[in-house]
Amino acid sequence: MPKDHGIGASSKRREDVRFLSGRGRYTDDMNLARQAYAVFLRAQVAHAKINKIDTTDAAAMPGVIRVFTAQDFSGVGGLPCGWQVTDRHGNAMLEPKHPILAEGKIRYVGEALAMIVAETEAQARDAAEAIVMDVEDLPAVVDMKAAAAGGTLVHDDIGSNLCYDWGFVEDNKAAVDEAFARADHVTTLELVNNRLAPNPMEPRVAIGDYDFSTDQHTLYTTSQNPHVIRLLMGAFVLGIPEHKLRVVAPDVGGGFGSKIFHYAEEAAVTFAAKELRRPVKWTSTRSEAFITDAHGRDHVTKIELALDKDGHFQAIRTETFANMGAYLSTFAPSVPTWLHGTLMAGNYKTPLIYVNVKAVFTNTVPVDAYRGAGRPEATFQLERVIDKAAREMGMDPVELRRKNFVQPDEFPYQTPVAVVYDTGNYQATMDKLLDIADVAGFEARRAESAEAGKLRGLGLNCYIEACGIAPSNLVGQLGARAGLYESATVRVNATGGIVVMTGSHSHGQGHETTFAQVIADMIGIAENQVEIVHGDTANTPMGMGTYGSRSLAVGGSAMVRAANKVINKAKKIAAHLLEASEADIELKDGAFSVAGTDKSVDWGSVCLAAYVPHNYPLEDLEPGLEETAFYDPSNFTYPAGAYACEVEVDPETGKVTICAFAAADDFGNVVNPMIVEGQVHGGLAQGIGQALLEGVSYDENGQLLSGSYMDYAMPRADDVPSYVVDHSCQTPCTHNPLGVKGCGEAGAIGSPPAVVNAVIDALHRGGITHVTHIDMPLTPGRVWSAIQG
Amino acid sequence: MYAFDFVKPSSIDGAAEALQEEEAMALGGGQTLIPSMKQRLAAPSVLVSLGGIAEMRGVCIADDGAVCIGGATPHAVVAAEAAASYPALAALAGGIGDPAVRNRGTIGGSLANNDPSACYPAAALGSGATIVTNTRKIAADDYFEGMFTTALEPGEIITEVRFPVPQAANYQKFLQPASRFALTGVFVAKYADGVRVAVTGASEGGVFRWSEAEAALSADFSPAAVEGLTVSPEGMIGDLHGTPAYRANLVKVLTKRAVAAAG
Repeated sequence: MPKDHGIGASSKRREDVRFLSGRGRYTDDMNLARQAYAVFLRAQVAHAKINKIDTTDAAAMPGVIRVFTAQDFSGVGGLPCGWQVTDRHGNAMLEPKHPILAEGKIRYVGEALAMIVAETEAQARDAAEAIVMDVEDLPAVVDMKAAAAGGTLVHDDIGSNLCYDWGFVEDNKAAVDEAFARADHVTTLELVNNRLAPNPMEPRVAIGDYDFSTDQHTLYTTSQNPHVIRLLMGAFVLGIPEHKLRVVAPDVGGGFGSKIFHYAEEAAVTFAAKELRRPVKWTSTRSEAFITDAHGRDHVTKIELALDKDGHFQAIRTETFANMGAYLSTFAPSVPTWLHGTLMAGNYKTPLIYVNVKAVFTNTVPVDAYRGAGRPEATFQLERVIDKAAREMGMDPVELRRKNFVQPDEFPYQTPVAVVYDTGNYQATMDKLLDIADVAGFEARRAESAEAGKLRGLGLNCYIEACGIAPSNLVGQLGARAGLYESATVRVNATGGIVVMTGSHSHGQGHETTFAQVIADMIGIAENQVEIVHGDTANTPMGMGTYGSRSLAVGGSAMVRAANKVINKAKKIAAHLLEASEADIELKDGAFSVAGTDKSVDWGSVCLAAYVPHNYPLEDLEPGLEETAFYDPSNFTYPAGAYACEVEVDPETGKVTICAFAAADDFGNVVNPMIVEGQVHGGLAQGIGQALLEGVSYDENGQLLSGSYMDYAMPRADDVPSYVVDHSCQTPCTHNPLGVKGCGEAGAIGSPPAVVNAVIDALHRGGITHVTHIDMPLTPGRVWSAIQG
Repeated sequence: MYAFDFVKPSSIDGAAEALQEEEAMALGGGQTLIPSMKQRLAAPSVLVSLGGIAEMRGVCIADDGAVCIGGATPHAVVAAEAAASYPALAALAGGIGDPAVRNRGTIGGSLANNDPSACYPAAALGSGATIVTNTRKIAADDYFEGMFTTALEPGEIITEVRFPVPQAANYQKFLQPASRFALTGVFVAKYADGVRVAVTGASEGGVFRWSEAEAALSADFSPAAVEGLTVSPEGMIGDLHGTPAYRANLVKVLTKRAVAAAG
């Protein structure tokens, strides 16, 4: 019997009432008194020297309040990078200055050159067209390998386009090479992990405000982590102390990583608000989002897998070029390194692994974390090369994987790439997958497709990810310039209702529902007695925000810790009221009782006593019932699973249709199964989008060819099948109090290789055996061209 | 969007007069023009809406049996009202864009714009339709002059389009995955005096007739008839979504499928 409330119940998402009825309060819904509007003049060319920006005519246009250029920001810092990678020679990465508005040079199409503030948005837009740019075009650097080889520099002052050349584990390199030399079989695969535009439904918005009477700055922004923005923008860009700066991220309509980062527009409107003594609002257009929101992925990789004659993995060696774009976005350097290299073991026991990553500057939009961030890139290459190896060696791809799995009794498992998997059961998720995907019935379905002239294929793969980011001391050693704990305050009111103020941030995930379920369950009260507050630095403790599937594993753990402090104090109060020993007090179903007796006092009475302390142990205990806790995880969590995709390929047109998709995930314990399934559905849609539809494309001059929905294909409802998902294989996380692992990114990480494996399988079963790989997105044209050979 | 004036005349003459204004533009359903204006890519001084002209809306059957569609008739109306008289045309109209586009976009707007990937040009050319304007009648074969280019004079208004009804017809559209315009679309129509095959989405010259296939199908209206033909990639569109060779392949594949579906 499924639970109807608390942990394990599919409680309806309470936030959806306002989201679905048009009553959500997004940043663009906010308008402040005397608000002015900012529009950014953006670069139309990818690379050019700026001789002069003449704003004279623009400044004289109707309604224009002021035009800002780089000179206006000469007294403030550039946008900081939050992670410093050390290269394989022990040197720090190259870190170019990242100005708020372009200084001296244009480095990508879309870069902000000037900010026009006017009475209306239309006036600001008119004025932007009146700015006269005097620029000298330079050759654009777009191809990563060409960029790494030298020639034209994106940043002249740092002397190279190579941000870093990273080796991991560098000490293993010789042993890996040796293992390849003596391997019975080596499978090699060269592939591209396509660049993606994040496309959250809500484009970015920022409103700067300044209160002259109190010298208080406020930034309203579309952020996944308002405290991080406060720290980065306050301390490193504008020099505003944190107690004079409030950052509010109200309802946020999706982020997928792209709203983690600190963007130039946030600093610009905050700065302008003080300069002009007026609130300044900027709202991104969808076209602007394509050329300014940090893109994701964009790796070019060669992976080699060494096996013995029986198919046991001996070693993995990779070389990846990772695009940074024109500047280092906030967490960009960490994505192809620590979020990618550490996952190259996958679900398998490969004793020796060496990962080389060359991060490269190009004249393109900065690239940073996007749903999965590094882990999809690791999973894709590994699960593709395993499939290729199985085909080359004549082995069943499922059996080859099973043979190399870390076995259920081998946890905790120390990988050769630093991380230690605490728990898992990969055989169990594979068994579950084969069942729910009805793999046994595939052949009959294939025959049916063949009669209709279609090639049917089945692709399977596994995935593992590191979530619950992250132990601060560990990431500090790896180059993070921030801690990655989380925080929560649990405030109990006098009549027993509870407000939880979390440092996590919901931009669609459903925190307001799931976090309340956990608290209701711990105390034994109704979920509607618990309110979740997030997104405002003025009323939440310092938190690091939501990304990396970390909210419940890290933020939830902080909340549980704070709630336990509250419960412990409440037990003391109950012991006083019941004239019993604290050790004998038990909390169950919203009441404190004395073990072995029928004496009890309800939750509300204890809360009232805490705030009306007439009968209260004041000499031993402070009044009130409110506690704050911080939680810093001792390890990552390791969600894992197995996915299966069935496709039909039309050999005449190359069109791929996904007939079925099954996902068997191990997320550890699950608080709200409905929300977990929804997260998997969304992730699968994005993964299928990457595999079949999506791809940012630049021409050789650095012009974006896929700058609107006319050319950038997002998955729509009829592009995806009705999913079969299962999360009943549960090996709870061993090191956080809820035993949860995180589910937000799994679908996007695990699905692309399943789709591509399925297409290649379909072609081979159809006798088209010369095709061993097709780069994503597998558009009809690409598949048809591959078939033609 | 730049500032502009807006007029909505109730007669064809009134619209023609309003279009004499410098930089005036006719507004059908606005499914191309309005987004272009929002992007500041189009800047008419006056927008002359054709939506208030009652005689330009609706579907009827002429004495000679032709299906006549008013120039300001939305796609959704064509999809519903031509379903019995010209099912292949109705199906084409019902497959354009999404419900919002089909309820705003008009046949006259589509043909006047002549987007190289639009559906209606294939139907008009494939049916040998007559484009009726406020000043003359233009045969489809004389109307389409290349990508976004037509025989229309400045200020000329498409008031009606007349489609002779074929014995059998079908339109096959292969979707461009992002825009869902036709990556390539083929309209095949069989008339007593021969078969017409019109191709949209494929050529840099816009919609065109595939004459080899017309000859082969006029002799033998079966998919096998085009099997031996080849389409040259020369002059085909090459972009993110398909090479010229891919589009040339689609022309043939879709023609076969259209013939099979037309029966």
